[in-house]
Amino acid sequence: MTETVVSMNNISYAYERKNVLENVNLEIPKGSFMGLVGPNGGGKTTLIKIILGLIRPDSGNIQLLGKNIDTFRDWNKIGFVSQKANAFNKGFPATVFEVVSMGLTAKIGYLKFFKAKHKQKILEAIEQVGMLEFAYQNIGNLSGGQQQRIFIARSLVNEPELLILDEPTVGVDAENVKRFYELLHRLNREQNITLLLVTHDTGTMTEHATDIVCLNRTLHFHGDPQTYTSLSEKDLSTIYGHPVNIVVHDH
Amino acid sequence: MLADFLEYDFLRNTFLTGLLIGIIAPLLGTFVVVRRLSLIADALSHVTLAGIAFGLFIEKKFAITFITPIYSGMAFSVIGSIFIEKLRGVYKAYQELAIPIILSGGVGLSVIFISLANGFNTDLFNYLFGSVSAVSVKDLYSILTISVIVLLLVGLFYKELFTLSFDEEHAKISGIHSKPIHFLFIILTALVIAASIRIVGVLLVSALMTLPVAASMRLAKGFKQMMFLSIAFGELAVIMGLISGYYFSIPPGGTIVVISIVILLLSIGIKKFKINRIRKQVNINGY
Ligand SMILES: Nc1ncnc2c1ncn2[C@@H]1O[C@H](COP(=O)(O)OP(=O)(O)O)[C@@H](O)[C@H]1O
Ligand SMILES: [Mg+2]
Repeated sequence: MTETVVSMNNISYAYERKNVLENVNLEIPKGSFMGLVGPNGGGKTTLIKIILGLIRPDSGNIQLLGKNIDTFRDWNKIGFVSQKANAFNKGFPATVFEVVSMGLTAKIGYLKFFKAKHKQKILEAIEQVGMLEFAYQNIGNLSGGQQQRIFIARSLVNEPELLILDEPTVGVDAENVKRFYELLHRLNREQNITLLLVTHDTGTMTEHATDIVCLNRTLHFHGDPQTYTSLSEKDLSTIYGHPVNIVVHDH
Repeated sequence: MLADFLEYDFLRNTFLTGLLIGIIAPLLGTFVVVRRLSLIADALSHVTLAGIAFGLFIEKKFAITFITPIYSGMAFSVIGSIFIEKLRGVYKAYQELAIPIILSGGVGLSVIFISLANGFNTDLFNYLFGSVSAVSVKDLYSILTISVIVLLLVGLFYKELFTLSFDEEHAKISGIHSKPIHFLFIILTALVIAASIRIVGVLLVSALMTLPVAASMRLAKGFKQMMFLSIAFGELAVIMGLISGYYFSIPPGGTIVVISIVILLLSIGIKKFKINRIRKQVNINGY
């Protein structure tokens, strides 16, 4: 039996009177790299907020790492890089080391302090994302792509089982997007971290993902990347509500 | 000049009090500035004035002396900070509205208590602009107590305060209880403001919280570095401000703030100089 990291049954959610999610059923198997795609306003960010416990669904239930979300306490096993991560206060004077250290704040707990072993973990997380040489630089001086790596490191420092990323490559240039996916690929295949990635660069994503899910209020597709890329334009335009074309990168 | 401060009791009280607020005002100011809440410090200082005016009023009318104006100022400041938080919750989309509401409320109440206490006097003038000579031993001990509490709590909850200031959403997701931590922060701010007023005065207290931070922000690489640099600048401004205020018979609020601004301008100059030097080096090493 393959373990599931997240399992959502019949999830529905409405903001005031606007139905954003209807009867969503989704299982994220352990070790998968799941790409979540869909039109803007399709409910992707809302779905993530529900998984993270930031909002409660109107109906349905959720299991996280085998536990009902209401009794789930291991929040540091779930890492999150927000859509807004890049919109943080650029003038905030914090070093890369300090930003990554914040990932440990909750785990260390109240009235306890950072110790040498934590420092070691922080540096390891920074090294994992290939940013060690910038450890004592001000985060505001880094490029958008580099900052996203730091935000990933802030999650990695907790050794998460699931890492959720909401449109992390917006505003990152093509070369760095490629390196970014290589990093995600490594985290997924070598460290066995389950990934849930929301993105619009379907071309690059299909090269790395193991599962693709298409969300527009309800789930319209759940399958492997090969099947997704072979979907006809007609299938896709019913999902998106307008014509689309997928850019497939060939090498 | 410094010798005077060590020789006369009342000056020594002032000097020690100054050293204490030179630490705690920029310390809390660091969090206030990065959370973009500088104006809240201003609003709270005006509420504190209302509390001080209330204290002066009951002192004068009812001869009640066990509540010093500092204590009533502190009580008003803490209550004001709770109101600000409530208002920010009510006007979610217009959180800055809480500031003019609380600020004008504070000034309004101040005017009422001041006239009930039969108008302006030197005491009040001292509270507005600070004073070199008005710090009593009792004040010194109150401010010492507050400083110890503030340092202890900031030390114990440093990592939570820092994490919450940087990214509130992420802090919440990771399981930090953002509401109580934020509450702690706002209460500490209220206490620091009330404590600082003896030296710098109501009108300039927010300057001592923010100007040293503004200066060190331009020079420091990280948050901790900025915090310590802010305290260093704060102490420098307080010491030089008290001495020159005493020497020229000017309320120290004025001199402390002017010196803080000079430090700020110097820090901007140093930063520019550094950048130019780096540019030159790039030009030399480059093509
Ligand atoms: N806080 C909110 N209040 C009201 N409506 C919202 C809120 N957040 C999102 N929505 C609406 O919910 C729908 C889904 O949004 P979202 O989950 O952000 O979609 P996506 O991430 O797929 O672009 C959109 O129509 C959006 O306008
Ligand atoms: Mg979104």
